[in-house]
Amino acid sequence: MQLSRDALLRAYRQMKVIREFEERLHVDIQTGEIAGFTHLYCGQEAVAVGVCEHLSVEDKIVSTHRGHGHCLAKGCDVNGMMKEIWGSREGLCKGKGGSMHIADVDKGMLGANGIVGAGAPIAVGAGIAAKIDGKGHVAITFSGDGACNQGTTFEAMNMAVVTKAATIFVFENNHYSEHTGYKYAVGTNGDIASRAEAFGMKVWRGDGTDFFSVYETMREVLEYVRVPGNGPAAVEFDTERFFGHFEGDPQRYRGPGEIDRIRAERDCIKKFRDSVTQAKLLSGADLDAIDAEVLEAIEESVRQAKAADRPTAEDVLTDVYISY
Amino acid sequence: MAKMMYRDAVLTTIAEEMERDENVVMLGEDIVGGMGTAGGPEAIGGIWSTSTGLFGKFGADRVIDTPISESAIMGAAAGLALSGKRPIAELMFADFIGVSLDQIWNQIAKFRYMFGGKTKCPAVLRMAYGAGYNAAAQHSQAVHQILTGMPGLKVVMPSTPADVKGLLRTAIRDDDPVVFLEHKALYGMKGEVPDDPDYMIPFGHARLSRAGQDVTIVSTGLLLGFCESVADKLAAEGIGCDVIDLRTTSPLDEEAILDSVEVTGRLVVVDEAPPRCSLGADICALVAEKAFASLKAPPLSVNPPHTPIPFARELESAYLPSADKIEAAVRKVLSYR
Repeated sequence: MQLSRDALLRAYRQMKVIREFEERLHVDIQTGEIAGFTHLYCGQEAVAVGVCEHLSVEDKIVSTHRGHGHCLAKGCDVNGMMKEIWGSREGLCKGKGGSMHIADVDKGMLGANGIVGAGAPIAVGAGIAAKIDGKGHVAITFSGDGACNQGTTFEAMNMAVVTKAATIFVFENNHYSEHTGYKYAVGTNGDIASRAEAFGMKVWRGDGTDFFSVYETMREVLEYVRVPGNGPAAVEFDTERFFGHFEGDPQRYRGPGEIDRIRAERDCIKKFRDSVTQAKLLSGADLDAIDAEVLEAIEESVRQAKAADRPTAEDVLTDVYISY
Repeated sequence: MAKMMYRDAVLTTIAEEMERDENVVMLGEDIVGGMGTAGGPEAIGGIWSTSTGLFGKFGADRVIDTPISESAIMGAAAGLALSGKRPIAELMFADFIGVSLDQIWNQIAKFRYMFGGKTKCPAVLRMAYGAGYNAAAQHSQAVHQILTGMPGLKVVMPSTPADVKGLLRTAIRDDDPVVFLEHKALYGMKGEVPDDPDYMIPFGHARLSRAGQDVTIVSTGLLLGFCESVADKLAAEGIGCDVIDLRTTSPLDEEAILDSVEVTGRLVVVDEAPPRCSLGADICALVAEKAFASLKAPPLSVNPPHTPIPFARELESAYLPSADKIEAAVRKVLSYR
């Protein structure tokens, strides 16, 4: 199905926001002004956006430690996120979560997660809730080729099948679980989808560097899971991680010229641009305008984050309980 | 007032709350029992008889029989709670927190804080704990010292059927995550239970089960009854004991403990978990810090030894704090003049 001009512009903008958000963090982290651990999503934008462009706020997602892309794609506020990563009390989580714990439950974003593999069981619960409510909503868990090896993911897949939860397991294979190659760590010769299939789920596969492949694949997956009674499904997207596991990772595991090659040949944003301009769906000027507007929006988010209120020692004590 | 067993107080409170609020759902292993068998659903009805009949009454959407997958049970409870439901998740044995601890400790307990106070996680995590059945090292433990140390959780340890009723209802209606610890050896205990369908006991309010001027005894759960029998025996000798049932270990009713020790000057804490970093040690430290001037004797904690729980009857009996050990501790604090 052909996407409308507005839908194409929106998808491109969403991917570009994630890209520039992460590229800017990569620069700013090196100044030492941002505290803690940060894991960048650059390279995988087509997956987050190709999935979330199908979702409403009633649909839930559960994310990972590499969660900025999922949060932005699900509608979390750019400025609120940047402030959170800078540790401001004006951040989305008042500076108490940081990069690994960004959440906005009102937007259906049930949290990034610092524990690899912890998200899948949570998405089963959200998928059971969606099933009970019977309105065709879904819960999606994003897992990488690292999380797919956690027992929690196996338990979650089986429990989702048994309970017929409206849960979708989106596996993003970016080829590295931290610093280890997927062909070593994923015992099924690197094949994640076949594992999900073995749990009794219908599975799909798509090219995670191609927005259109992700988007069209997810259309089918969602059509299936939104039917009450069908239960869960899984999809594996092959994708690329442009940066290291964490910011500061020396990436000595990369092959010669690997990063230059994947940036040149496997960049989902370049592919999108080439595809829509060659098909004359959008012009280069349309996209250039978005590029400029997004760059300014990210610049503004950093300006705001730097100027925002800092938390105080009293803030440590609040938000543990509703009542105690 | 109706007379019922501790286990029936659990079951009837869950049933009443599920009736009252359609968002209350229950999940756990074999809580229906018999799924996928010739015997069919409810062939068993939950091994503790704390969910008998709920499946037939509320259906498969709200009484969710799960595979043996403790991480997924706790994780699903987390996801349900973040999605507007009020899950009651059952761990068949509290010892199984080891399998599922990440979801309890890193997820459920921390969501509200990590997310800047903008969400709630109204999950009740029920689990059967405690020694007394010769179930050995992996099916007998008292796990409150582990869970009480986790900010974000509330931890409840009822000692009577009436308290099950009032505290479980409070737990189910609470918007924070609550660990509800049910002592296996108390499931058959009978007692009077209020009929009021809204009977609730607030957390952090201890119950004075015996009153006296000479010694403060603090406990909860199975061992509370041992403390009461010691207090009754000593009363015949003219020794008066305050026996304080904590009811909840988080929040802790510090005021009830301190107020009592200010009168008695003597403290014995009786705790079913091992001694290091224990509830007993914690309360002794609290009293030493905040009621030092009132103390007439060093505060004592009666705990099992720093060992796993043994199997044989003689060994388990030797392991658990007994009425004799509690009495000896009370006499010891009384020996200081």
